[in-house]
Amino acid sequence: MDGSLVVSIAPHIRSEASTRKVMWSVIAALIPAGAAGVFIFGLNSLLVIIASVFAAVLTEVVFCVARKKEIAIMDGSAIMTGLLLAYNIPPQSPLWMPIVGSCFAIAIGKQIFGGLGHNIFNPALVGRAFLMLSWPVYMTTWQNPRWQADAVTSATPLNLFKEGHFELLKNVSTWDLFIGNRGGCIGEVCVVALLIGAAYLLLKGYITWHIPVTYILTVALTSWLFNGRSGFFTGDALFFVLSGGLILGAFFMATDYVTSPLTAKGRIVFGVGCGLLTFAIRRFAGYPEGVSYAILIMNAAVPLIDRYTYPKWLGWKK
Amino acid sequence: MAYTFYGGAHPSGNKLTYDRPVKKVFIPKKAVIPLSQHTGSPADPVVAVGDSVTVGALVGKSTGFISSNVHASISGKVTRIFYSPTPNLPRVLSVVIEPQGGEDQEFKAARRPDAGSLSKDELLAIIRDAGIVGLGGAAFPAHVKLSPPKGKIIDSVILNGAECEPYLTCDHRLMVEKPKEILRGLALITRILGVKDAYIGIEDNKLAAVYALGQALKSMSGELPGVNVKIVTLKTKYPQGAEKQLIRSILRRTVPAGGLPMDVGCIVHNIGTVFAIYEAVYFSKPLIERVITVTGSCVREPANITVRIGTLIRDIADTLGGFAKEPKKVVVGGPMMGIAQYTMDVPVTKGTSGIVFLSQEDIVRPKESVCIRCGKCIETCPMGLSPTTLMNHVKKEQFSEAKALGIVNCFECGACVYDCPAKIPLLDYMKYGKAKI
Repeated sequence: MDGSLVVSIAPHIRSEASTRKVMWSVIAALIPAGAAGVFIFGLNSLLVIIASVFAAVLTEVVFCVARKKEIAIMDGSAIMTGLLLAYNIPPQSPLWMPIVGSCFAIAIGKQIFGGLGHNIFNPALVGRAFLMLSWPVYMTTWQNPRWQADAVTSATPLNLFKEGHFELLKNVSTWDLFIGNRGGCIGEVCVVALLIGAAYLLLKGYITWHIPVTYILTVALTSWLFNGRSGFFTGDALFFVLSGGLILGAFFMATDYVTSPLTAKGRIVFGVGCGLLTFAIRRFAGYPEGVSYAILIMNAAVPLIDRYTYPKWLGWKK
Repeated sequence: MAYTFYGGAHPSGNKLTYDRPVKKVFIPKKAVIPLSQHTGSPADPVVAVGDSVTVGALVGKSTGFISSNVHASISGKVTRIFYSPTPNLPRVLSVVIEPQGGEDQEFKAARRPDAGSLSKDELLAIIRDAGIVGLGGAAFPAHVKLSPPKGKIIDSVILNGAECEPYLTCDHRLMVEKPKEILRGLALITRILGVKDAYIGIEDNKLAAVYALGQALKSMSGELPGVNVKIVTLKTKYPQGAEKQLIRSILRRTVPAGGLPMDVGCIVHNIGTVFAIYEAVYFSKPLIERVITVTGSCVREPANITVRIGTLIRDIADTLGGFAKEPKKVVVGGPMMGIAQYTMDVPVTKGTSGIVFLSQEDIVRPKESVCIRCGKCIETCPMGLSPTTLMNHVKKEQFSEAKALGIVNCFECGACVYDCPAKIPLLDYMKYGKAKI
C-alpha cells in the first residue's frame, strides 16, 4: 500500500477559486447592463451581442485547433471578450460589424500574443479600435432609446458637448444618464445596471477598488477643473462621469487582469493614467469619447508600471 | 486594533479534533529514534546494539552548541542502529529500541522541589540536557533561542498558540488542558531572559484556549511576579503562527529581512515547547513524548494523542482503529506546510505536530493553467512579495533577478498556491529558484 502514496510539495489543499469561476462571474456581472441595453435599444442589440459572442468563440476555437492547444472556450474568456466588444458598439450596427470586430479582437488582440494571459492589450478594445478606424461612420451613428420619437440621432451626450449643442443637452437630465435614457453604445448607457454588476465583483473580491475609483475620480476632478464652459472649476463632473463609456470602462475593462498592473500601487498609477488620458482625449482630441483609447494606451504602459511598483517586502531595507 | 498582519489566506479550519481531549495511547512495539530531529548538527550515538536502555536514558549526545541531546523514549534493547527516513530527511542515523517484555515503560519523574529558585544558568543547562527543541516544526534547539548573544536586548516573549495550520489542534488542546503548566513554563522563560512583557497569541477560532489560559492566569498571578502577561486574541488567518507575522500582529514590529526576532527585541516560543520546558524543569523529564494530532478524512477517529518520540506512523494508524478510506497522501505537519511521506515507516520526531491522512478526493491536484495576472498571490503573500513575477524569472532561469526581487524572503508558507485561481504551483518555482541562488 505504501507504493501508492502520493508525494508532492506543500500545500496539500487548495482554495475553491479558479480562473473559470472568475471569468464566469465577470460575465454574470455584465448581464444586467446588456439586458438593460437590449431593453433600451430593442432587439437588434441582442442580435449584435449574440453575433459578437458567437464570432469570438468561433475564432478562439479555430486558433486553438490551429495551435494544437486544448479548446478552452469554457474558461469563459472568449465569451467575455465577445460580450465586451458588443457592449462597445452602437446598437443598430449591421451584424457583420460585431462579427468582424470579435474575430479581430480574438485573433489579433489575444491569440497572436499567445492566448489568454499573454496579450498586452485588452482584446475587446483592440476590436473596437479596429472597427473605429475602419468604419468610423457606422461606429458613430447612434440610436435613441426606442421610446423616443426620432430613432436615429447622430449624437451621444458627449458628442453634443463636444460640438457645442448645449441647448440640446438640456433635454438630458442626470437621472437620464444614470438609468440609460440616452444614445450610446449597447452596454455603456445603463449606469445603474453596470454598478450592480460592479458591486457584485467588488464584494466577491474579483476586482479591487484601486483602478475604478482612481480612474473615475481622476476624470471627475480634471473635468471639474478644466472642462467647464465658463472657466476653471465649473465643469459638470457628474455629467462627464456618467455620460460616456467611463463606468463600463473603469469597472469592466480597465480592471481586466491580464492587461492591468499586478500590485495595488500599480493599479492606482494605472487608474490615474487612464483618467488623465480620458480627459485629455475628450478635451483636446478629435473624438468626443476617450475611454477605450485611454485604456489601450495605459495597457502598453503596464510592464513599465509593474517594474516600478514591485512591492516592498516585509522587513525591506535599502 | 485588530491583531493581524498584511496578506494571508483563509483555508477552512477543519479542526476535527478541536474538542477531543489528549489521549495517552500506547507504548509502541518499536521506537526508531533519529539522532537528528533538530536544526543543527546531529547527535552522536552513545549506545551500541545489544545495550539495554530505560526510558529517559541518553542515546544520542549533543555535538555542539546548536545541537541537541536525544533520549530513549521507551525501555528495551537497542536492536539496530541504521539510516532511517524521517519525516523531513531522507536518511538519518537512528537508534531502534524494542521492548523485551516486562520493562517498566513509565518515566520515573523526579520532582525538583527547588524549581522556583534555580538560577538562569542552571535552568538553561536543564533545558539543554533534556534535549528540548522547538515543537512547532522547525525544531530549533530551545536553549540556543534562550541564550541571545550579548548586545541583543530582549524585552518581550511571545508564546505562539496561533496554530494557524488547518486540521492541527495539539497546541490548542495543551492550552485548554494544561494552562497552569504552560504559564509556569512561561515564568521560567521570562526568568531566563529577564523580561517583563509576555504575550500569548491565540487565533480567535480557539476561544476555549483563550478562556482556559485567562482563568489560569487569574488564579496564579503570584507565580509570575513582575511579569506582565497578556493573552492576545489574533485574527484567524494563515500564516498567523509564522514568527515574523506573529510579531507584526502582536507587537507591530517588523523583523528586518534576513533577521531574527531577537533583532526587534523579542523571542517566540511554541506552546508545546514551553510545556516541555516546564516538564523538564519541574520533573527532570527529557523530551521523550509529545502531543500530536492524528486527523484527516481517512481516519476513523481523529484524535489528539500523546505519543513517544520514535513511534512509527504505521503503528499509530493501526492503533487508532484503522482507516475509513484508503489514505493516498500522508502529511506530517499541517496541510499547508507539512511534508508528504512516501512511506508510513517514518517515526514521529520532536518536530512532528500532526499527521494528516488525506484521501484520493482530498488530493486531486487541479490542472495548472496559465497565469492571468490577477494579483491574488501578491495580495496573499504575507512577506509582501510578488510570487508570479518571481515565478516568471525562475522559469526563464533569471535567478539573479529573482534574488534582487527578494525571493529569499519567501518562507514557503504556500498561501499563494492555496489562493491561486490558475492553480499554479508557485511554491515549486520558489523552492527551485531559492535552491539555484
